[in-house]
Amino acid sequence: MSSNTLVQVNGLSRYYNQHCAVNAVSFELARGDVLGFLGPNGAGKSTTMQMLTGNLSPSAGEIIINGIDLLDRPKDAKQAIGYLAEQPPVYRELTVDEYLAYCARLNRIPRNRIAAALATAKDRCGLGDVATRLIGNLSKGYQQRVGIAQAIIHTPPVVILDEPTVGLDPLQIREIRSLVRELGEDHGIILSTHILPEVQATCNRVQIIHNGQLVFTDTTAGIDARLDATALLVRFANAPDIATLQQLPGVSAARRLDDQRVRIEYSGDSPAEALVEQSVAYGWRLQELVTERHTLEQVFIELTAGDTAAHVEGAAA
Amino acid sequence: MIFTIAARELRSLFLSPLAWAILAVTQFIMAWLFLAQIETWLALQPRLAAIEGAPGVADIVVAPLLANAAIVLLLITPLVTMRSLSEEYRARTISLLFSAPVSMTEIVLGKYLGILGFFLAVLVMLTLMPLSLMVGTDLDLGKLAAGLLGLGLMLAAFAAIGLYMSSLTEQPVVAAVTTFGLLLLLWIIDQADSAQADGVVSYLSMLSHYQTLLKGVFNSMDVGYYVLMIALFIGFTIRRLDATRLPH
Repeated sequence: MSSNTLVQVNGLSRYYNQHCAVNAVSFELARGDVLGFLGPNGAGKSTTMQMLTGNLSPSAGEIIINGIDLLDRPKDAKQAIGYLAEQPPVYRELTVDEYLAYCARLNRIPRNRIAAALATAKDRCGLGDVATRLIGNLSKGYQQRVGIAQAIIHTPPVVILDEPTVGLDPLQIREIRSLVRELGEDHGIILSTHILPEVQATCNRVQIIHNGQLVFTDTTAGIDARLDATALLVRFANAPDIATLQQLPGVSAARRLDDQRVRIEYSGDSPAEALVEQSVAYGWRLQELVTERHTLEQVFIELTAGDTAAHVEGAAA
Repeated sequence: MIFTIAARELRSLFLSPLAWAILAVTQFIMAWLFLAQIETWLALQPRLAAIEGAPGVADIVVAPLLANAAIVLLLITPLVTMRSLSEEYRARTISLLFSAPVSMTEIVLGKYLGILGFFLAVLVMLTLMPLSLMVGTDLDLGKLAAGLLGLGLMLAAFAAIGLYMSSLTEQPVVAAVTTFGLLLLLWIIDQADSAQADGVVSYLSMLSHYQTLLKGVFNSMDVGYYVLMIALFIGFTIRRLDATRLPH
């Protein structure tokens, strides 16, 4: 375990009666990582996060936060964690300032540094204008931000956010995403979500959990490489023969989708340039040219919709 | 840390109108009982003056007042304690405490102290009434102190029981009903055992231990009973809170 490892999870399992919600999950989180935790509903995302933050005890396994075993020394380990649960744990009858001051004291911030911590957290989460308002009177988006402010108030090395953008409007989602990216520079972040573009926009590592098991782990850069384009979708007003298209350099197959649209698969360099030149030369009247990209969504669906374990293993390998 | 949680608990109690309503109603009822007791005393006083070693104002006014106070407080305790943990479960704010660097014991003791803080306010307001008698007459402060100690200990036991019941359910109303039921049961439990007055069941009765203290008798058995009750139910609450996280 390197000195940069903030979270190390080994063989974590959790049973509810006979039902196994999380099954032998192991992973690591390093400083500067933003780890996206994906999975369908009921896959075990929240359970895993609750175990990481001491809200649930694991049935088996080991959690090491910042070099401290969470189960042996919970107080010291929890000091290194900021957690925003699915539903922000805010007291509606307190004002934002009162609430954050309470959280600061709960997290053992020295008395003389509470004011500064409060100011920083409010500033980062854009809460300056609502500091003296009752939390119960704030909109969902602001309550969510108060929840995030609560999670980062003691500048913990590890921040764990369970679906932080649920119920927010698109503008707020964008703000929260940029906040997460900013936090990711000096914290380690674990973020769970259903929203796949969110992961691609904010995370540098992705983990997919399905039926309690980790079925996929990769960096987003690795995913991008894996998702390399291998096909073009082309529309011509005056489409040529399939045979003509197949003779273009690099094209491995071409298939007509309807009167105007053609899907061209290729290997190696994209034949787009040649295609455009030919189109001009022979008057095919090219109207649309799109590179077909695999999205994370396809990977996700492939991994979670398939029911055979072998299929999942193969995809994760 | 305990005091941070206690202060928040107390603050939230007083931010809701419930606490103020409880304080006002209790005070009004107690004042009525107090005045009624004074009237009794005034009617008896000419005759009492003739008797050597007659019961004083502490026996005739203060003891019945505190005895009645115990019943009124038995009725309001469930309302004060019902939300302390149930509401945290229901609003999911408990995750804030669970993920903060505080132990279960600190959470429970903090909650408990917060409730005690509220009861202390009730007790202080109540004590002002007998103390006002000092303006016009001699008051046996020893008896008053013993009675207040009894009432305080009993309230503390009520609070521990209420806190435990609140830790069992997400529904504040269920917590209130079960607290009320258990308190009432402990209050009347010795009635079933009238034949053998010193059986185990009669030892469990809250009322009998309180009555000795009201007479001004400080018996460590009685104090021990309340301390035991408090420790028991606080222990139960800590265990219960711990168990919510365990696999079952």
